[in-house]
Amino acid sequence: MYLDHAATAPPRREVLEAMWPWLTQHFGNPASHHEYGEVAKIALDDARAKIAAQLGVHGAEIIFTSGGTEADNLAVKGIALADQERKHLIVSAIEHPAVLEAAHWLERFGYEVTELEVGQTGLISPESLAQALQPDTCLVSIQYANNEVGTIQPIAELAQVARQNSTWFHTDAVQAAGWLDLNVSNLGVDALAISGHKLGTPKGIGLLYLNRRLEFEPLIHGGGQQDGARSGTENVAGAVGLATALGLRAELGDQAARLSGLRDEFICQVEALGAELTGDRTARLPNNASFVFPGRSGESVLVDLAARGIVCSSGSACAAGSDEPSHVLTAMGFDRTLAQSAVRFTFDETFTEEALAEVVAALTLICG
Amino acid sequence: MTEIAPSVYLDHAATTSMWPEAVEVMQQEFLRTGNPSSLHEAGRRARRVVEESRELIAERLGARPSEVVFCSGGTEANNLAIKGLYWARRSANPLRNRVLFSSIEHHALLDPVTWLAAHEQARIDVTPVDQQGRIRLDALSEAIDSNPADVAAITTMWANNEMGTIQPVREVVELARAHQIPVHSDAVQAAGYLELDFAGTGLDAMTVTAHKLGGPVGVGALVIRRELDATPLLHGGGQERDLRSGTVGAALVAGFATALDLTVQHQSESGPRIEALRDRLVRGIERVVPEAIINGDPETGPGHRLPNIAHVTFPGCEGDALLMLLDAQGVQVSTGSACQAGVPQPSHVLLAMGFGDAAARGSLRFSLGHTSTAADVDRLLELLPAVCERARAAGLVRSRTS
Repeated sequence: MYLDHAATAPPRREVLEAMWPWLTQHFGNPASHHEYGEVAKIALDDARAKIAAQLGVHGAEIIFTSGGTEADNLAVKGIALADQERKHLIVSAIEHPAVLEAAHWLERFGYEVTELEVGQTGLISPESLAQALQPDTCLVSIQYANNEVGTIQPIAELAQVARQNSTWFHTDAVQAAGWLDLNVSNLGVDALAISGHKLGTPKGIGLLYLNRRLEFEPLIHGGGQQDGARSGTENVAGAVGLATALGLRAELGDQAARLSGLRDEFICQVEALGAELTGDRTARLPNNASFVFPGRSGESVLVDLAARGIVCSSGSACAAGSDEPSHVLTAMGFDRTLAQSAVRFTFDETFTEEALAEVVAALTLICG
Repeated sequence: MTEIAPSVYLDHAATTSMWPEAVEVMQQEFLRTGNPSSLHEAGRRARRVVEESRELIAERLGARPSEVVFCSGGTEANNLAIKGLYWARRSANPLRNRVLFSSIEHHALLDPVTWLAAHEQARIDVTPVDQQGRIRLDALSEAIDSNPADVAAITTMWANNEMGTIQPVREVVELARAHQIPVHSDAVQAAGYLELDFAGTGLDAMTVTAHKLGGPVGVGALVIRRELDATPLLHGGGQERDLRSGTVGAALVAGFATALDLTVQHQSESGPRIEALRDRLVRGIERVVPEAIINGDPETGPGHRLPNIAHVTFPGCEGDALLMLLDAQGVQVSTGSACQAGVPQPSHVLLAMGFGDAAARGSLRFSLGHTSTAADVDRLLELLPAVCERARAAGLVRSRTS
């Protein structure tokens, strides 16, 4: 049983089928000005238009990237480096490393980074953001939903606070995409990053929405593809796959409510076994249930679950194998030992009552 | 979906169709799940595929597995190489701010280097090429000697994408070695037809990309010596020994490894086969369009030119008009690099080689690949005289009315 969808989701059949022609007979380079190129270009433009419609933005505001990490890097570095006047950035302390490390890298260029503290459930209050803003804050980057504990931030309110300071707002929506509203006007954000492989595309494709009014510095220079925003031969199959995956996930709307119910039931039963919920109880992704198991090692719980055929993780896959406790949990106030007992379950819409019962039964044996 | 009529694809240097074996490997990987960074079985399996692919690629390129850094393609690899080396070398010693590169580099190097000059106080030192498009070692040597201590990095492509001219990479490395200056080479076009012995050449960094070799778009590698310090372009997650963060797709790298492996395995027979086709094309053009001028090094082989590229000037014709007329007949060619195709300016490569504006604009690149046949070449030759005539007539009309 695979319960690590936040790390990566299995590619969807419909997505692979949509990509197929672009990996085989229609292999042209969309930058070529002949029929093979034109056919590829039409598919690329079509994918872009579909995604733009779903986000409620203009096609020219969608930049395809190699994935979520590149999209986050492009947003943070690209926006900051283009703003030579204002050299202060705000990120939350529980951002994905793609945002955190990109922001700290800018320090070598004379930028100052403030890491915003979060509450015990990982929530960021608009008031604390308002207090951290400075006249020279060029960018705020706060994730839409956290990858480890599933906490959903009040993005629209936070973006509103940033706007009042004329500060650009980027959100890492890698975990939120597929579950939460991605309409950019509703959110009021200037940049938004999405990764395909968390939505059912193969790895290697992602996108950054970037407000057209924004000036920014590209990270990858060259042939001038995508209006110079991101050079490199465009991945047509990947773009088609991403458009298809986003379309499929939009149809899942009603599943989110059912899944949230199941998630709450699961949380309730695991808490009864002595585990402690991490993250917010209500402002929470429908597919995330994460815990600490006081007095235990998270690794041993994982190993015991794996022995029973249940696959999950301690948190971010990117940090897997490291002995350091999660920066997310420590920022939320957990001590090192407790943070090291973390176990995260992330499922998809195929999760059922039966699967729930199986996991709880396994945990009962392990924790008993 | 638009169906493409049976057609003649002579633009393999822009991108080429995938090897069926590479498609198959990817298809298998697509159906599996797993983040290579995850510790559980699905993750470990994906990691195994990535590491086995890395080993195969390293072996085929004469490098060590730990030297292969996966990324999204040639453009990213070139950006990582030149910006990464520049940043790292300059932070180690602020005097090192000069980048030496040849006048015929691909835009994926030209543009990042220009960016370094505009934003990072880099000084660009452009090495000229001769009429065949080969970097002038005397000029490079002089440029290095003028002040070896201030050179951050040297980059020279292995084989040019428009002309196919093979560069004296070993000699460049020799010149740099005395001063311990790192040398990077963009081997994106060379990888298909030349043996790339990374260790043997003495290079410090080298770029390859999958989709020019019959692998998927979206994956490539920077091969870079372990001892060399380079500043990453993408941060977060710390994958690829911290040089390139981001989840690496097992399917993409497996497709890449399969394509490179097949390419290298078939090189000894495909090289001569494609060279014979290219020569048939060149001799045919000389026959059916006698005024055409064949550009670049007339000799093929190591030290000369790639076997798959022919570059031809058609006097009195606009390359764009030729391209469109041929396309209408189902023949796909290029006026140069696909990245610049359609941009109405002459190629910087041709201008660097001493072409006049008109000759630079009136040229076509024909590039063959693993699926090319004699019938493809013959179809082009059959169409070319009438196409040239029409393009010339259009050119005449335009010059009279303008």
